[in-house]
Amino acid sequence: MKRLPVIGLALAAIVIAGHANAEELTGTLKKVKETGAITIGYRDSSIPFSYLDDNQKPIGFAIDICYKIVEAVQKELKLDKLKVELNPVTSSTRIPLLANDTIDLECGSTTNNPDRLKQVWFTNTHFLTATRFVSKKSSKLNSIDDLKGKSVASTSGTTNIKQLTEANAARNLGINIIPAKEHAESFLMVETDRAVAAVLDDILLASFVAGSKDPDSYVISTDAFSKPEPYGIMLRKDDVAFKKLADAATAALYTSGEGQKLYDKWFMQKIPPKGLNLNTPIGAELKHEFAKPSDSPDPDSYKAM
Amino acid sequence: MNYHWNWHIFWEPAPNGTGNYLDMLLSGLVLTIETAICAWIIALAFGSVIGVMRTLPSKIASWTGFAYVEFFRNMPLLVQLFVWFFVLPELLPRGMGLWLKQMPNAPFYTAAIGVGLFMSARVAEQTRAGINSLPRGQRLAATALGLTSAQTYRYVLLPMAFRIMVPPLTSEFLSTIKNTSVAITIGLIELTGQARAMQEFSFQVFEAFTAATMLYLMINIVVVIAMRFLERAVAVPGYISGK
Amino acid sequence: MFSNFDFDVIRRSLGYLFLDGMTFTLTLTALAVVGALIFGTLIALMRLSGFRLLGWIAGLYVDLMRSLPLVLVIFWFYFLVPYIGQWLTGASRPVHVGAFTSSLVTFIMFEAAYFSEIMRAGIQSISKGQPAAAQALGLTYSQTMRYVVLPQAFRNMLPVLLTQSIVLFQDTSLVYVLSIPDFLGAASKVAQRDGRLVEMYLFAAAVYFIISCVASFGVRRLQARIAFVH
Repeated sequence: MKRLPVIGLALAAIVIAGHANAEELTGTLKKVKETGAITIGYRDSSIPFSYLDDNQKPIGFAIDICYKIVEAVQKELKLDKLKVELNPVTSSTRIPLLANDTIDLECGSTTNNPDRLKQVWFTNTHFLTATRFVSKKSSKLNSIDDLKGKSVASTSGTTNIKQLTEANAARNLGINIIPAKEHAESFLMVETDRAVAAVLDDILLASFVAGSKDPDSYVISTDAFSKPEPYGIMLRKDDVAFKKLADAATAALYTSGEGQKLYDKWFMQKIPPKGLNLNTPIGAELKHEFAKPSDSPDPDSYKAM
Repeated sequence: MNYHWNWHIFWEPAPNGTGNYLDMLLSGLVLTIETAICAWIIALAFGSVIGVMRTLPSKIASWTGFAYVEFFRNMPLLVQLFVWFFVLPELLPRGMGLWLKQMPNAPFYTAAIGVGLFMSARVAEQTRAGINSLPRGQRLAATALGLTSAQTYRYVLLPMAFRIMVPPLTSEFLSTIKNTSVAITIGLIELTGQARAMQEFSFQVFEAFTAATMLYLMINIVVVIAMRFLERAVAVPGYISGK
Repeated sequence: MFSNFDFDVIRRSLGYLFLDGMTFTLTLTALAVVGALIFGTLIALMRLSGFRLLGWIAGLYVDLMRSLPLVLVIFWFYFLVPYIGQWLTGASRPVHVGAFTSSLVTFIMFEAAYFSEIMRAGIQSISKGQPAAAQALGLTYSQTMRYVVLPQAFRNMLPVLLTQSIVLFQDTSLVYVLSIPDFLGAASKVAQRDGRLVEMYLFAAAVYFIISCVASFGVRRLQARIAFVH
């Protein structure tokens, strides 16, 4: 294989460089310094974390947090100009695109869990949410078992579809699972009666219902497929220096009270493009997390104050 | 390369409880084959009729055939599937539309019909070429013998045309199999779709796609060999396509 | 039936659809056709050269690409191209490529297999007298190819090549599977954002149909003119 000598040389170079100069940059920071650009992965329709406004520009809670990380990178590397490139990702492309260097940071609604930690790393948690389902009130679906034998949509590549698949097998529900490419498509399936329910993170469901043509006709289940799980911004695995920087930047943001302000901007006020107000006050667990930022994948570690 | 290889992933249990990842891929393979065969039957049925229509002396038949072929050839398959799957149920009366949308295997039927009609245009063209490649004398002799138009086609032209067409039809059948993969966009989780699902659940991108690639190559080889047997079996000795 | 349809959504999104979506599609098509033609001709020459190893490799490549669905190849290249870039350039990490570059590489590599078969048929259809005469005149192999054989092969196969290009144009819609913003992707985004599936998909179908129809018609006229000269 031709690659082996090249990788060997590269590794040797890194090791030698590491010994020669303790301050030598590695990983993402090295890449940013050399190319003068950093690429952010954004989502199409993860309202209000990362989504496209009317001008097809990505905006959102997670995007703002990422820009803070980018500021910290620029300061750390002492760069006069840092080009920020934006690359769209979906639930199923985000991890491969992070691994193959197409993006450096994934800013959206990605759940931090032990399975994913085998492939990527996460920085401090920026939200907690459980998996629920939305359905039309007229379908009268209250619990997960009510979904027996029905068509249910979810987005490919999410923990939601995985939990739905596992619940379907474990409880023998015979659900016909319809995978959609993006969150908006999952919700559209319910809107157009192609599926009776869509299984997604409850905050995303809340934003879709609020932004739909007839919000009152939908209901989000109280039954959940999981405990509230943490969202994190994804970074490449084993990128120690970059994680340290991202952790520091996000911790500073959350503990300083600016995190709370950013939260209110996206969850308690009108957001573009339609001036929707989600009116979701900060949960006790999340408030505690902002005071003591953590990147733990374990849902049980997030307790209220 | 920052990628964590794991070739044992195929024997690990898949989250949908139906066995391991290899079973997932094989179930996708079965679905691919089923969809391809259904689509091919539709393509052959419609395509032969339209192809024959295009070779008839009647102007109306000729033009209808032409319009049909142009309609299905000038739109990408993906767009055609979208129109059948998303647009058609909305244009029908509400009751029928709802029934279509909530049919349990809607993606399968839509894919089979959509791919079938798309390929029927190509089969029509092959049929037309096949019939036109026969010597003019065949048709004239049939008329001289007093056969009607229908009899000419049934007993003289079509049997030879189909034998000539076996090689190009083989490649059209292979195209049909490949085209079923486009249906992952309307939710048909066939082989490519299962490979993608495997990638999403297990994060083993390259293992999943390598397996899918191997399976497609296998299908290809099997079909090519089977069609060669068919060609030899139906060959008429001494004729253009025979030995 | 059409009473509650909102065709205005098409008018409002025309700019986005055509300036972003169609530009992507047409640019991708144009560059991919050129690239695939060049690469395809190379492969055809490899197959027709006297060297068995070259011919075998080229044949293998063509068979491989023609056995796989384009969707699968798109997935492969999307995730693989940065690693290939790393391997080719000997860089220390995967090379950053965007969606457009990755799509372009995919289509060039895939369609080259089809273009190579067309060019191979074209080259083989040139009468043996041509390269023989060229050799008699003292031209080298590459000069023969460049000045005598390829121009004629290209001209003979032009209608088929153009038809394959139209097929390529339609195939670009498959980048939809990766949410890459081509014309269909743009129409789809608008459709899902505004809940107007029917209007947008019918419009997209109509646009593809008109462009392909016009192009096919042009190819048929061209075919008639070439046949006349022949």
